[in-house]
Amino acid sequence: MAGIDHAPPPFFKRGPAPLALLTFYVAISLALFVIDLRLRSVDLVRQSIALVTDPVQRVAQTPGSLVDYAADYLRGLQNLLDENTHLKQAQLRTAPNLLRLEHLESENERLRKLLAVKEREKASGEVAKIMYTSRDPFSRRIVIDKGQQAGIIAGQPAIDEAGIVGQVTRIFPFSAEITLITDKDQAVPVQIVRNGQRSVVFGLGNGDLELRYIPAHADIKEGDLLVTSGLDGIYLPGFPVARIASIERENTYTFARIRCVPIAAVENFGEVLVLAPRQAQPAPPEEVMGRSGNTGVPKKAASK
Amino acid sequence: MQPTFSSSRILLPARSWFVIFSLFAALLLNFLPTAHWPGIPDWVALVLCFWSIREPRRAGMGWAFMLGLAMDVADGAVLGQHCLAYLLLSYVAAGQSRRILWFPLSQQALQVLPILLGSQLIQLVMRLLAGGEFPGWSYLIGPLVASTIWVPITFLLLLPQYQPVERDDNRPL
Repeated sequence: MAGIDHAPPPFFKRGPAPLALLTFYVAISLALFVIDLRLRSVDLVRQSIALVTDPVQRVAQTPGSLVDYAADYLRGLQNLLDENTHLKQAQLRTAPNLLRLEHLESENERLRKLLAVKEREKASGEVAKIMYTSRDPFSRRIVIDKGQQAGIIAGQPAIDEAGIVGQVTRIFPFSAEITLITDKDQAVPVQIVRNGQRSVVFGLGNGDLELRYIPAHADIKEGDLLVTSGLDGIYLPGFPVARIASIERENTYTFARIRCVPIAAVENFGEVLVLAPRQAQPAPPEEVMGRSGNTGVPKKAASK
Repeated sequence: MQPTFSSSRILLPARSWFVIFSLFAALLLNFLPTAHWPGIPDWVALVLCFWSIREPRRAGMGWAFMLGLAMDVADGAVLGQHCLAYLLLSYVAAGQSRRILWFPLSQQALQVLPILLGSQLIQLVMRLLAGGEFPGWSYLIGPLVASTIWVPITFLLLLPQYQPVERDDNRPL
């Protein structure tokens, strides 16, 4: 019997058949794809691979940043002086507001206490440098140079000197990934400054934003400023998000098509401030949970 | 007239370390900031395709899978996107290697184009199904550029194998 089940001669050792290997690997990668999309539970795998690829990526970015550095160096003194005077003027222009800010904040606090309203949260955060835009052409994300080691956690909002830039969506040991507000999957609850109307602004994916679920007859004008409403418990209220660029009102649709442009330099390189996570918000009352629609909160919550 | 295999030169066997080195160099090229420019080819796909055709036993699907994972993480893409594309690329290229090598170099480039384009299309379809935004048609220019530089890339990657067995100090290469 021993002679029958002999193994093939070892000269042509080729491992498993290519088709078997392909099936095996394809099954793994499809499983990874689905798990990553639906469950988001393979972040540990991602983080451990990032530990290897991150240093390589940093090295690959070096020539570019060296060129930038050299260009900055060569641009010379004159530019710096110009920039300096410009900044000084800007500082002077904002000085009256800034000088009175502390006074106003304390007054606000006192008044809020008088009205027995919860105190306004103070903004604090961590400055981070944008290392590069993510190479993925299907989404709009940037990578910053601070991560878990700097205490960054997923969900923190990021701003620049003008307004909201985006939100931290993935963290790695030494870097973090920020999804820009112009990304197709990103939504920010906002409020129109002029009349206090609440809505949600969505990224369009082409660098612009869209204000949705606003009735066609609503009081909205071009040039209206949108600021965060703070109802989501993620963004602090009052940060500028976008300005309304164009409004299309058609009778056939219930809602107006409103295009907005972001105020922050969302698609440019620079530095961002990653805001500390907000304190936990009180849970919404039970009957609110069942409601659908994003046109703002129901009256009960709004009157608080 | 009977077509003949055009390369009459007998090459040295490829060295494993050079195959691995070139794959890593391609990965590094992909990480460069130039990768955002339209029309820059996916270097990893190109080099992987090359070695899958030349040396199917050395650069197999295991490498394709690992490089795909690295690219997914570095890109911030969905895990498995590059993996699947590179796997199928490597499988098809290895399967077609005997046929493709029969053609002269310029026609090899044409034979390689559908393979590279296919791997890019797989990624496009996967991400559009997953709800990504359409990146524009320039996304598909990369494979075209990659196949036009197939000839110089072949020359570059075969360079170590052109060395003569016996070293002659009077000969430059």
